[in-house]
This record gives sequence, structure tokens and C-alpha cells, in this order.
Amino acid sequence: MARVITVTSGKGGVGKTTATANIGAALAALGNKVVCIDADIGLRNLDVVLGLENRIVYDLVDVVEGRCKLRQAMIRDKRLEELYLVPAAQTRDKSAVSPKDMKKVCDELGKDFDFVIIDSPAGIERGFKNAIAPADEIIIVTNPEVSAVRDADRIIGIVEAEQKGPAKLVVNRINHDMVSRGDMLAVADVLELLAVELIGIVPEDQAVLVSTNRGAPISLEAKSKTGQAFRDIARRIMGEQVAFTSANGGGGFIGRLSKLIRSGGD
Amino acid sequence: MRNLARLFNYKGSANTAKERLRLVLIHDRSTLPPGAMEELRDELIEVISRHVDVERSSVRLEIAQDGRTQRLLADIPLKRADQRLPEEY
Repeated sequence: MARVITVTSGKGGVGKTTATANIGAALAALGNKVVCIDADIGLRNLDVVLGLENRIVYDLVDVVEGRCKLRQAMIRDKRLEELYLVPAAQTRDKSAVSPKDMKKVCDELGKDFDFVIIDSPAGIERGFKNAIAPADEIIIVTNPEVSAVRDADRIIGIVEAEQKGPAKLVVNRINHDMVSRGDMLAVADVLELLAVELIGIVPEDQAVLVSTNRGAPISLEAKSKTGQAFRDIARRIMGEQVAFTSANGGGGFIGRLSKLIRSGGD
Repeated sequence: MRNLARLFNYKGSANTAKERLRLVLIHDRSTLPPGAMEELRDELIEVISRHVDVERSSVRLEIAQDGRTQRLLADIPLKRADQRLPEEY
């Protein structure tokens, strides 16, 4: 059976869809059979981030309402044989799908895939509940910024109550220069505040926008450091011990030094 | 070296963010409204004073974080018995 992993955040705009696309692509590039589900009914975007928007015929709501078979709604990626997308409906709202529907869809997909990765909508309402209902594991994406961290904490609390196992954290858009200057929360700060396990650190990188413009996940760019950060997350999901290097950790000597100075200045 | 000097003099905003978040998260995680602590403190003193004399002004009540678990910690110093004059008949 597939592992069902839901990517969520509470706050919008922190990089959930980008993380879903990149982790999904990286897992598929590592030889796994992966299907990504866009659970953001009415505001679908995983299709454009993956560059598959022109090939949508049926969507998740069509499947749930019986207008097509699940297979017909699955779009195969252009680059990776073993990566599929089940797109969200664009003209409906969250109530078109129930948590039970999501479980059923994931049960059916589970037989044929190693991973089902669900892109959750922002918020804690119906769409979020749909997205976490079938999840075996939860990945929370946050930014080193007060509102994103606060919302992540709220989500961690809800996920704990739902007994989905300990949520794992991706700190996205770390800017090393700002951390060194003492003007951005370091990864260590975020971890201390949220008291949750870390699974990835992704640097702030303009190349992510370029890759989204092209509809080509950056995790497939071998030379990209940001791509490497997403590939590292994929390997950690597969159970490998991958070190959090100072290159993508926001730590390093200067980071530690400035943190020391800051904490000494209190 | 100038950068380093600037580093030593400049107190970044990240510490402020962290401290503010720490307090916000304590209240977000708790069902106890921020304003209710004072009331709880006064009531606790009242109940405990029925049994033993406490140093009212030194009573401290706070929510402590232990990972993601929260604890209500009360530090209630007692008045010393040997500092009281014997009761007169």
C-alpha cells in the first residue's frame, strides 16, 4: 500500500504547492511510483506548477461524482514515467468532496503507487479536513516569519489531535544573509518554538519562480541547490539519513556566531 | 572587519520575532485567556490561604512549555511559622 502524505501549512502562500510538486517529482525521479492529488478544489494550481495544465480532461470532482474512472483523471507527467497528477476541479468549491471521498480515492490509488502526495488548501476548514483525512503522514510547510510559524503551530495542534502521527516540518524560503544579520528567524529558532521534527530546509531562491514559469520542478535540476534541498526531503521521506548541511541550514559559522551575539545581548 | 563590527552593534529583529512568537504560541495553545491569569492567581491565593498563610505578593503563576505540552506552574511561598508572634491569651 502507498504511503499517503499530505502537505499543508495553515497560512497561504508559504510554498505548499511548490513543495508538493518538487517532493513528488523528486520521489518519482528516485524510482518511486508517485501520484499527486490537488485537494484545493476551486483554486487549483498544482497542474500549472507541474506544467500539466493543458492535458486536463477530468478532475477529482468528476471522479467523486462518478463521471469518469479514477484512471481517466490521472495525468502522466511528461518527464517522469512514474509521476501522475489528479487535478482539482476549478469551477466547484470544497464541499464537492468529502473526507470519505478522499479516503476512497486514496485507497484505490494505494494499490498501484508507492506514494500519494496530497496538496492541501490553506486554512483549517473543509478543504483542509478533506486533505488530511486519508493521510498517513503530514508534512507542514512554513516560512521563517511570524504569521507562518503561528499558523504552523495551530496546524500541528490539530494534526496531533487527529492522531496522524508526528507532523514533520519543512522550513521554506530561508535567507542566509538575513539570518546572519539577525533579521530572520533561524531554523533552530523555528524548531524551538514549534517543537516538531524537521524534514527539510529550503533556501529562498529566485530560480523557483523561473522553474514555476516554465512548469518544470526545480527538484529535477541536478545543479540547483534548492533542487537538492527538495531531493534531500524525498530521501528523508524514504528513510535515508541525510545531514542538514550548513549550505542549506542557515547555520554555519556566521549564523551560529550571530545567534550567539544576539542571545548574549538580551 | 567592518561587517563584523556592525554585527556586534546591530540587534536584529529576529530576536523580537522569536520572543513575540513565544508568547503568542503560549496563549494560542492554551484555553486560558491571557486576562484570566490574574483572576486565577487571586482565587488560588484565596483558597490556599484558608489552610496556610502565604506570602501573597510573591505568588507567581505561569504557563511553562515542555516540548508541545503545557504546564501551569504555581510558585506559592509560605509564611514562616517561627516569624509569627505567639498568640496571647
